Amino acid sequence: MSSKPYIREIPKTSWFFRQPRYMRYMGREVSSFFIGAFTLLLVVGLKRLAQGPEAFQSFLDALRGPLGVLFCLITLAAALYHSTSWFNVTPQAMPIQRGEELVPGKMIVGAHYAIWAVVSLIVLILGI
Amino acid sequence: MAKSNKPIIWGLFAAGGTITAFVTPVLVLLTLFAAMRFAPTMFTYDSIHAFAAHWLGKLIIFGIITLSLWHAAHRFRVALFDVGVRADLVVATILYIIAALGTISTFFSLLSIH
Repeated sequence: MSSKPYIREIPKTSWFFRQPRYMRYMGREVSSFFIGAFTLLLVVGLKRLAQGPEAFQSFLDALRGPLGVLFCLITLAAALYHSTSWFNVTPQAMPIQRGEELVPGKMIVGAHYAIWAVVSLIVLILGI
Repeated sequence: MAKSNKPIIWGLFAAGGTITAFVTPVLVLLTLFAAMRFAPTMFTYDSIHAFAAHWLGKLIIFGIITLSLWHAAHRFRVALFDVGVRADLVVATILYIIAALGTISTFFSLLSIH
């Protein structure tokens, strides 16, 4: 009998390609890169705003182009993926108890989606 | 029990993830509209400046940017570890410094808008 322990090989850099479940996990994690990059874009935009109308206009002009549109499209997909996956696990992340009973998960998720819709609508109306 | 800074980092992460989930998609959508010149009246200097000049606007902008940055920095740190970048201390230092610089820049930008 061999005394060699069985070691399962796990590739350090490509393990998540093995299962769709792992891919979805990595997708959620990588969404943070685009959200971070977009937030840094907001930081730059705010700085340009503080510097005056000309600086802000040149910021907008830099944004306008195929690269800016492409970045926004990818980031939009990443942000939507983050939002839906984040809201879908809220019953597990913060279960709410009322009396003896736990509030049904569907209600917690639904409330988040409702608030999301209202917030998005308000920002859209204010923005346009 | 040993004291740990995990609750603070975790708290910022969770708050950032929540605020980002609520507002980032619509903010990206507006930015996309601006990038596509969808509506010329949008994203005007005057309207955004007026929003950022109000104390409530400042508070909202600062909260969204700061929490989103810390959320993204912390999560991207974990993501890099997961794809095989094991120099966690270096990664964490760089990412948290970027988040801190973004926070400081936002603070001073808002301070100079009135």
